Amino acid sequence: MTARVGVVTFPGSLDEGEAARAVRRAGGEPVALWHAECDLRGADAVILPGGFSYGDYLRCGAIARFSPVMNELAAAVQAGLPVLGICNGFQILCEAHLLPGALTRNAALHFVSRDVRLRIENDGTPWTRAYVAGQEITVPLKSGEGAYVADAGTLEALESGGQVVIRYLDNPNGSALGIAGVRNEAGNVVGLMPHPEYATSELTGPGTDGLGFFSSIVSVLVGA
Amino acid sequence: MTATDSVTHAGATPDQPQPYAELGLTSPEYQRIRQVLGRRPTDAELALYSVMWSEHCSYKSSKVHLRQFAEKAPPSDALLAGIGANAGVVDIGGGYAVTFKIESHNHPSYVEPHQGAATGVGGIVRDILAMGARPVAVMDALRFGPAGAGDTRRVLSGVVSGISWYGNCLGLPNIGGELAFDACYAGNPLVNALCVGVMRHGDLKLATADGPGNKVILLGSRTGPDGIGGASVLASATFGDGGHSAKRPSVQVGDPFLEKLLIECCLELYHDGLVTGIQDLGAAGVACATTELAAAGTGGMRVRLDAVPLRDPSLGPPEILMSESQERMMAVVEPDKVPAFFAVCAKWGVQATVVGEVTGTGRLEMTWHGETVVDIPPGTAADEGPVYSRPLARPGWQDQLAADDPAALPRPSGASGLRAALLALLGSPGLADKTWVTEQYDRYVRGDTVLAMPEDGGLLRIDEETGLGVALATDGNGRYALLDPYAGAQLALCEAYRNVAVTGARPLAVTNCMNFGSPEDPAVMWQFAEAVRGLADGCAVLGVPVTGGNVSFYNQTGEDAIQPTPVIGVLGVHADVRRRLSIGFTGEGARIVLLGRTGPEFGGSAWAHVVHEHIGGQPPRVDFDAERALARVLADAAAAGVASAAHDLSDGGLAVALAESCLRGGRGCRVRLPGDPFTFLFSESAARAIVAVRPGAEAEFAGICAAHAVPAGTIGTVGGHLLEVEDSFTITLAELAGVHGGALPAIFG
Repeated sequence: MTARVGVVTFPGSLDEGEAARAVRRAGGEPVALWHAECDLRGADAVILPGGFSYGDYLRCGAIARFSPVMNELAAAVQAGLPVLGICNGFQILCEAHLLPGALTRNAALHFVSRDVRLRIENDGTPWTRAYVAGQEITVPLKSGEGAYVADAGTLEALESGGQVVIRYLDNPNGSALGIAGVRNEAGNVVGLMPHPEYATSELTGPGTDGLGFFSSIVSVLVGA
Repeated sequence: MTATDSVTHAGATPDQPQPYAELGLTSPEYQRIRQVLGRRPTDAELALYSVMWSEHCSYKSSKVHLRQFAEKAPPSDALLAGIGANAGVVDIGGGYAVTFKIESHNHPSYVEPHQGAATGVGGIVRDILAMGARPVAVMDALRFGPAGAGDTRRVLSGVVSGISWYGNCLGLPNIGGELAFDACYAGNPLVNALCVGVMRHGDLKLATADGPGNKVILLGSRTGPDGIGGASVLASATFGDGGHSAKRPSVQVGDPFLEKLLIECCLELYHDGLVTGIQDLGAAGVACATTELAAAGTGGMRVRLDAVPLRDPSLGPPEILMSESQERMMAVVEPDKVPAFFAVCAKWGVQATVVGEVTGTGRLEMTWHGETVVDIPPGTAADEGPVYSRPLARPGWQDQLAADDPAALPRPSGASGLRAALLALLGSPGLADKTWVTEQYDRYVRGDTVLAMPEDGGLLRIDEETGLGVALATDGNGRYALLDPYAGAQLALCEAYRNVAVTGARPLAVTNCMNFGSPEDPAVMWQFAEAVRGLADGCAVLGVPVTGGNVSFYNQTGEDAIQPTPVIGVLGVHADVRRRLSIGFTGEGARIVLLGRTGPEFGGSAWAHVVHEHIGGQPPRVDFDAERALARVLADAAAAGVASAAHDLSDGGLAVALAESCLRGGRGCRVRLPGDPFTFLFSESAARAIVAVRPGAEAEFAGICAAHAVPAGTIGTVGGHLLEVEDSFTITLAELAGVHGGALPAIFG
């Protein structure tokens, strides 16, 4: 079977094209999803891409979470649908309470676009199983509101429950505990601020370290 | 004033005094409007003419000089649309066409740096969109006052945050540009924004209102009191004493999210064949869009100004005409396509309103609640504005400046002096690592960025199958242009041409942004005329036509004009971006070859400026044949795969280029200089580059150089963790990185 991976476009999404290209590079079939439709078009997994949905007005992701497609997504998540939120997609998942915590203004108070070193902390999610826990990768980060925050109890639960999926080696934005990405308790929903889809080609990225996120889901879906 | 100043009313009150001077019109210009109309203009007409005849919109002082770009244009079969369109369009092969343009937003960026710079990006992006192209990247050429000055911190931080905010939100990669500092820009920063867009042949859209009965639709943002008078007053008046606060509200406010929706909406409208003609709304807003569309089309248009959706209901006809509210476009649409047009707009959440229709009357007529407030021949506002041959005079101090030869300056003697001079240059704000600025810009978005800052040129992939791409670079050097504006413009052209060539691309076309002081000063006008003449002559020799550009005058505070600063953008086509050349030394053992001739040329150099705060003498000699031959060597070397890196030599000469290539690639080098160390390290002779040749390919590369008669000398080898100049000095990469990378963060935080 082919792995059908949905990629949602919200008004103001920017990285849906590259997310789809990364799915294709990993051998999957991207399926374009539209924010205003209550339809996941039979996707076996869904990516919420980066960008500035609704201009990031009010709060990043705060408006997009009310999109019709998000109702469908929330129900599918309960049924175990694998979902990956990248950057603005991560922010939307947090606003929708599909992931714990929130993203706030970078410590430096301005946009940071930089190739960052990351450590894979949890290789058991459907989005990270191509990696080995402890593996270090280089992926671009490009965001103004990427500082991960959560209350002390939540952070403790994330650490002890293995929900910290990716961590910065050199915390570039002031994220709590250097957290770059987390998963939900069930493990099917993962969100991260860095952009693995822009690290899937030597020509246009810092390397191909990010491809594992996409090959992971493809291998999960085709049952490899 | 409450009563509407209708055409009828104007006819009945011929002697009513009108504020033409406050709107920036001279008395003869006002008289000419009366002559054209055969009566006094209404308030709305006066507003319309004042913005259309402003320097900014009419190019009235520059037109007589700019003609040379067309008159001297070299034959080119690559040009699909040229000067006069919103932006030039260049055929790059494979069925693709590329459109690009650079434009200034200098004055607004001083008054309100964040919004001024942001809306500068927004404006140039709409220019590209109006051509029918998808905007795919932006670049910014920035110049500020001394880096350490308090006001520079305000202006630079705001400008960078504005570009970052607007460009990142639009999803356009920022792939390069410039950052320079000089005291002359303290009260007059230069913010020049470039955008490039891509389309298929046949997608070209024209800004014409053809076909009587076709509907005129305004789409995008509602109209508010933004930038009223900006075109004629703000953008064209010298900053004087105490005027700032009064002008503050004049700067436009941007909404990048709406612009993103507008881009996607327009591209879908084009794709569905729903647009007959289209024009962006920039300076002079509705006044400019209606007059230009009408003048270029069938000739007539009727507009209901009261149909224009407003953000501020108190606006009347003159304000609506002059408003520079952002994120608006005006489209001409066949009546039976209007429902489909509205459906696409609704999908993207973009407001669209029919505000008028095309007529065959040859008149631009506008009504306000049933009363006619504008009734003019549109060509008189759009194309037949005043044209001035302003007096020009070579400044008296020009000879004195030329005589102040940098040869007299004390030069560093010995290894430690040369070493210190290199570190001083690398740590100077204009040459330091620009990461503090560029890491606020998204370079990755869209996934087709092959090269971006700090490379010599930006490089985008256009076709994933074939590797076809375009390279872009902008360059300018106010010091060179001050010493000799004719040569200065040509040197800027040569550097941008070279920076495109260094990626392995073939230079094709030129855009320009002419930043100067007041055209009413004969000395400034002479600088401008010389720079235009130099650029036109240079483009003719290099075989690259000027496809469009922008003139920004009145960059001066009181009597002090900025250095004449022509900023030149060059676009090139890259046959296969997989064979691009980076500046970074990456291949251990690669031979470093210096291409071109090095002479003792220090006039206007970074060394003289940074070490001695000196400017005088002659700028480097221009040699177009050498530039062209060098470009061919670089293209051939890239295509043959014999080089692992290439870097243009410009500000700071070989010394700075070597350091940059080492830092970019993370590898050191060891070089032996073939003559006087100081001259070879710091001279800024043009038409030069360094190339790192792959081990084993030395003979093949030497053959390429010989074939194009480019002088080539092997000066060293890549490797290690030191920059070593034999028999002179060494610097560790760590020390270089500390000095180069630490300078801007130390100033800007």
